Amino acid sequence: MSHLLKLLAQRVVLGFLLLLAVSALIFMGTEILPGDVAQSILGQSATPEALANLRRDLGLNEPALTRYFSWLGNLLQGDLGTALTNGADISSSIGKRLYNTVFLASVAAVLAVPLALVLGMLAVRYRNRWPDKLISGSTLAFISLPEFFIGYLLIYFVAVKLGWFPSVATVFESMSFAERLSAVALPATTLTLVVLAHMMRMTRAAILNVMQSAYIETAELKGLTGFKIIFRHAFPNAIAPIVNVVMLNLAYLIVGVVVVEVIFVYPGMGQYLVDHVAKRDVPVVQACGLVFAAFYIFLNMLADIIAIVSNPRLRHPK
Amino acid sequence: MATDAAFLEVRNLQIGATVYPPDAKPHDIRIVEGVSFDLQKGRVLGLIGESGAGKSTIGLATLAYGRGGVQITGGEIFLHGEDILSAGKKSVRTTRGSKVCYVAQSAAAAFNPAHRLIDQVIEASLENKVASKSVLTQRAITLFESLGLPDPQHIGSRYPHQVSGGQLQRVMTAMALCSQPDLIVFDEPTTALDVTTQIDVLAAIRHAIQKTGVAALYISHDLAVVAQIADEMMVLRHGKVVEHGDSRQIIESPRQEYTQALVNVRAIDHPPSTTDAAPLLKVGNITASYPGSDVAVLRDVSVQIQPGQTLAVVGESGSGKSTLARVITGLLSPSEGVVTFDDRVLSKSLGGRSRDDLRELQMIYQMADVAMNPRQTVATIIGRPLSFYFGLRGKQKRQRIAQLLESIELGPEYADRYPAELSGGQKQRVCIARALAAKPRLIICDEVTSALDPLIADGILKLLLNLQQREQVAYLFVTHDIATVKAIADSIAVMYQGQVVRYGAKAEVLTPPFDDYTDLLLSSVPEMEVGWLDGAIAGRRMESAGH
Repeated sequence: MSHLLKLLAQRVVLGFLLLLAVSALIFMGTEILPGDVAQSILGQSATPEALANLRRDLGLNEPALTRYFSWLGNLLQGDLGTALTNGADISSSIGKRLYNTVFLASVAAVLAVPLALVLGMLAVRYRNRWPDKLISGSTLAFISLPEFFIGYLLIYFVAVKLGWFPSVATVFESMSFAERLSAVALPATTLTLVVLAHMMRMTRAAILNVMQSAYIETAELKGLTGFKIIFRHAFPNAIAPIVNVVMLNLAYLIVGVVVVEVIFVYPGMGQYLVDHVAKRDVPVVQACGLVFAAFYIFLNMLADIIAIVSNPRLRHPK
Repeated sequence: MATDAAFLEVRNLQIGATVYPPDAKPHDIRIVEGVSFDLQKGRVLGLIGESGAGKSTIGLATLAYGRGGVQITGGEIFLHGEDILSAGKKSVRTTRGSKVCYVAQSAAAAFNPAHRLIDQVIEASLENKVASKSVLTQRAITLFESLGLPDPQHIGSRYPHQVSGGQLQRVMTAMALCSQPDLIVFDEPTTALDVTTQIDVLAAIRHAIQKTGVAALYISHDLAVVAQIADEMMVLRHGKVVEHGDSRQIIESPRQEYTQALVNVRAIDHPPSTTDAAPLLKVGNITASYPGSDVAVLRDVSVQIQPGQTLAVVGESGSGKSTLARVITGLLSPSEGVVTFDDRVLSKSLGGRSRDDLRELQMIYQMADVAMNPRQTVATIIGRPLSFYFGLRGKQKRQRIAQLLESIELGPEYADRYPAELSGGQKQRVCIARALAAKPRLIICDEVTSALDPLIADGILKLLLNLQQREQVAYLFVTHDIATVKAIADSIAVMYQGQVVRYGAKAEVLTPPFDDYTDLLLSSVPEMEVGWLDGAIAGRRMESAGH
């Protein structure tokens, strides 16, 4: 097996091991939490017999390890259990929510990632001149403002004053793709503005770092234009640090969008999680935690893999 | 005839830069002052000088380029009658891409690691629409072949890290030739190469220049190298022209004192001494490899050094000579063999050695720059071993520091300076003083003169020889430079691929009959003589025909 494949396989295996460890952590965390599930389902007025019966039915009397493995076993078969509060199948309710969250995150990513890269390269091209300062300053301003503030600003100006997009991002299954896009326009813009600065600044810094290399001088002495030097000669050598930051931000788009979802009343994972934490619906919280962890681990694994593959020394060994 | 007219005319070139010293106001300095020359088609002009002489700066100016904050402040550079310095950005790009090309010192760093060689070789020509991609690719392959690269059809599809340093330097020459330019600027193209590789690359470059009839500026600090390739030479110092003339005249009858010094450099005469004293250091059957690898970097190496004597370990990069130094100092534990110092066996690892073991064995490095803490003064740097090994403080310590500074021929006022305020040679002297401060009996010198200009290097070697006489200290001198070896060694070990291939007293090692490798090594060192290269190559051909 080639060195490259070995490295990639290593990453994938590590990713799965990490996910396994996280599943144990999540399970342990919800174990430690105070409160009794049976009690919270039946309420304060439940009789001790009813509580005992429910505990037995829920399997709460089994040792923690047994319950962990049966939970894990069901998980591997795609069964996330049923919600305690309404008895709904968690897999199917998460499925719809997750689709919405991923859709919003994808729209934001499709806007933000290319924009951040282009702005980063522009900032390098005109470094320490006004375009650089304008880009750095404005993206920094957006990252400094809280998300809810940007969200309400957009609602006020774009939705209320201009009336271009709806202020409430309601989506339902019968919507067409275009309608969905229009519905998520404002939350996606908010998210874009929030994650833009970090990615753009990393792009700028990573490319500037590479611009010191001797091969950039070679490119200049070949008579290439500034943009070609940055895009063709500097950027390919700066991918690894950039992709790491990009993936961290993409993970944030999926895992950290609770505030934006609440502002725009968007039916995504964040709201679902918050609702069920409030109700102490442990199986739902566990399932959501695991899904978020899976995305986080997957995106970071992807970042590692892209960084490895972008290295010509590993791709083309001697 | 148009061919006799100069196509490149440099008139009264002035180049400067603004410097920002930490403790003074920013001010302008002059790097090149009033340099003028003409170049005819097909001629090669060698630009000679030490670092800071402005030779690279002049070379880059012919591409209308200033490195870092360097600015061309005055003068004209005419290429075919057009002043490239007053031309617009677009015309400068055309000049750089298709008329004047540059070959950098380190091709390994000058090639972009992310792209295939062929794409980089034809990039500038393609950008300037010199010809179609297929024509250029074919041209590149032809150039690869004429530069003696292996597998010219396919070497272009490799990435820079997949070919050797010497090959990369040839690919870079092909890259410069690809657009069929009027002028190529070679900036120390063989300096970073091993001496046996240098001769091949030098021959390939000269062959390409002769074949294509391109004119060239050949920049080097090594007069002997330039003598093999340049028709005329210009000696520069502090940005001014010292002497400009025909190569043969410069080498054989230099007019200026400075040029004479350059030509006569490395004329140090050190009669080797022998002694019957018991060896101070015995390296016995050392085999070593780096952690995590089972490739032996040293195989069964045995050498010894008598007190107050110098052993030169000579070899090319990868021969294991620096690894040997690391094993002796304890930085790398050998898998087999022992190092004996003054009849006691030294611990394999650094941690197992006593303070006296550490004190008696000191080291001086190639890069004096990075071997000193930039935030410490010279007094602190030299004073550290004094308090560490001898517990000196206060007045005693200051006196000893002054003594040490005197012994390295620097005044007491240097004690309060920072490394950044010293020249390259002075930095190396401070490193020598730091090693001496421990009163060692053996100093390991790892390529200590390699990063220095020849005249400065000579000064350092002389200093080391004087100190040896006075202090009776022994040296283990690790170097790739035969001239250095000849200048200072009492005995020599020639290393090749981790083994000692020849070992003995200096006269013995340098006298025929040679083994194959030593012969190759010795015959590859350029001599200060016009036409030496032809003889050396002819000699090699005969030899390979004979074998």
